[in-house]
Amino acid sequence: MAGALSRPGLLYHMNIELLSQYLVAGLTYGTIYAIVAIGFNIIYNATGIINFAQGEFVMLGGMIAVSLHHIMPLPAAILAAVLMAMIIGALIEIIFIRWLVSPSVLRMIIITIGISIFIREAALHIWGESVRALPYFTGTEVTVISIGDVHISPQVLWVTGTSAVMVALLTFFFSYTLLGKQMRACAANRDAARLCGISTANMVTLSFVLSAGIGALAGCVVSPITYVQYDSGTGLAIKGFTVAILGGLGNSTAAIAAGLVLGILESFSVWVLPTAFKDVVSISILLLILFVRPSGIFGSVEASRLKEF
Amino acid sequence: MVRSRYIPVALFAFSIIAVQLLTALTDRAQFLTQLTMTGYYSLVIIGLCMLIGYAGQISLGHAGFFAIGGYASAFLTTYNLAPHKEKPVISIFAKTGLLLNVQDLYGGDTLVFNPWLACIAAVAVTVLIAYVIGGPVLKLKGHYLAMATLGFGTIVYKVVLGTSFFGAADGLSDIPGFRLLPGLEVSGKTSIRIQNYYISWGMVLLGMLLLTNLINSRVGRALRSIHSAEDAANAMGINTGRYKLNIFVLSAVFAALGGVFLTHYNGGIGPSEASIMKSVRYVAIVAIGGMANLWGALSMGIILNFLSLRGYFGSYDDAVFGVILILIMLFAPEGLLRREVFRGAKKWLSGRGKAEGQKA
Repeated sequence: MAGALSRPGLLYHMNIELLSQYLVAGLTYGTIYAIVAIGFNIIYNATGIINFAQGEFVMLGGMIAVSLHHIMPLPAAILAAVLMAMIIGALIEIIFIRWLVSPSVLRMIIITIGISIFIREAALHIWGESVRALPYFTGTEVTVISIGDVHISPQVLWVTGTSAVMVALLTFFFSYTLLGKQMRACAANRDAARLCGISTANMVTLSFVLSAGIGALAGCVVSPITYVQYDSGTGLAIKGFTVAILGGLGNSTAAIAAGLVLGILESFSVWVLPTAFKDVVSISILLLILFVRPSGIFGSVEASRLKEF
Repeated sequence: MVRSRYIPVALFAFSIIAVQLLTALTDRAQFLTQLTMTGYYSLVIIGLCMLIGYAGQISLGHAGFFAIGGYASAFLTTYNLAPHKEKPVISIFAKTGLLLNVQDLYGGDTLVFNPWLACIAAVAVTVLIAYVIGGPVLKLKGHYLAMATLGFGTIVYKVVLGTSFFGAADGLSDIPGFRLLPGLEVSGKTSIRIQNYYISWGMVLLGMLLLTNLINSRVGRALRSIHSAEDAANAMGINTGRYKLNIFVLSAVFAALGGVFLTHYNGGIGPSEASIMKSVRYVAIVAIGGMANLWGALSMGIILNFLSLRGYFGSYDDAVFGVILILIMLFAPEGLLRREVFRGAKKWLSGRGKAEGQKA
């Protein structure tokens, strides 16, 4: 911090307006990280594995929607993109994971990394290296909604709003529907769930479908702001994982809080460090948490003792 | 027993010479360039094979160590110290012969560190970073270990990509050759191509000798016990933490040395050497080779790196490694080259022979 304060003109810049802009940017990114983290959590709860290809779902959602938008209106393109991502998620589970008999963690890590590379390279050959984006949902990139001194792009509201609805629906799904309860039973005790007549294999497929779907939707709403490229998934995956760890792996409510914390920290780090090091900040946070408190800030240490770190 | 351990090493030395003679006979000397580069990548792979296969710890950040070695050496041997000549530290360096006067592209004199000093510094930096990172990282297991090492690799990548004196996206170029001894120089000049081929593979041979001896020593037995049951190894009085850390550092040094020499050989290094894809590629090769199988990892590394460097995979380079990774882990998680395969093939052949014999 000392280095930051000695920089000339910093105090001038440190006004409320800029502060709030950084805050809004941090919240936007933080929401997306939280969504990716929830995607990690859904699959982790169902299977006990971390899907390293989680970021690719976000990228696929954005990319497919951009392509489809040429031939159909925006809402239809997004819907179709989310559905396609869900199908891809289901296919991945059925082809690569379903038939493995108690695979080791190392094996699962390497398989999901392989899948992530495969999707990324396929995207590179389909869409090329160019950076794409959906148009802004309302207005254009210069449209702003002013609340006092704070200027917000309507897209930011779309991102946070969609994410909030998504989280609410997921909560409803897991708490009140039979299917959601079955998935939770599966996460709590797989053998007991199977004894109750729940098809655990189908629940795992469903978890891939769900997390692919929410990842793809997040990719669609955020693409006007952050843009999307064939390799934008990896960065999102690492940050989503950071958030999932920060909140305690498997805990989706805490992941939202953790996502916002990370987004804001990252956005304010630009004050101290060059923008190129923005990712370095969030990954350093990941390493720090892993070293000091792998159960996460919001996670319970006792529960984490039972997991494999 | 001892003799049988050196048979593969001798065969390896023999095939190194045979390959060189073959390229000379078939007039394909241009292959030597890629073969030399493959040699330096093989250093990374055999080091990583020790860590993944024998100590049982995955690392998705070894390209980071490769880049640390390469960049440290590249930076020290190109950074012009001439403007700082007057400073006391620099003048001490200059007097002890640790600095070199080289001519840059435009004929101007530049004062840079001796490659030997740069190499030692690069290895020292790597050892330091590996110890600092390795301590806490190796306490983690499974996904956490994978993500932590992936995070480390990403940090190195982002740092070299975002730092202007490391050349940012362009990397560093015009790295001078590395004169190991008078008349023995690591550099990409065509006139000393054969010499460089032997330097590179000589180093791999030395590395293999060192590692095969290590595997067959007390250390190797300790490592295998860690791999199969860490708690049991601990109970037997093996300091598992220390062994894991030392192997981590050893494999980091192998990677860094590969980075140092390849950088001098190519005359440059770019941020792509630090990318996650490179780390994953190293892991893929170790996995195909059969994890705890140094010779398997080495031979797979030679084949795949050579094909990749010759451009046989075209624009599907990364995809090929991704697909190989998936296929191996799905269908042969023990790797392609493992003893059981040979044993199984033998049994199958002899079984068929017997069956035919009975019929007759």
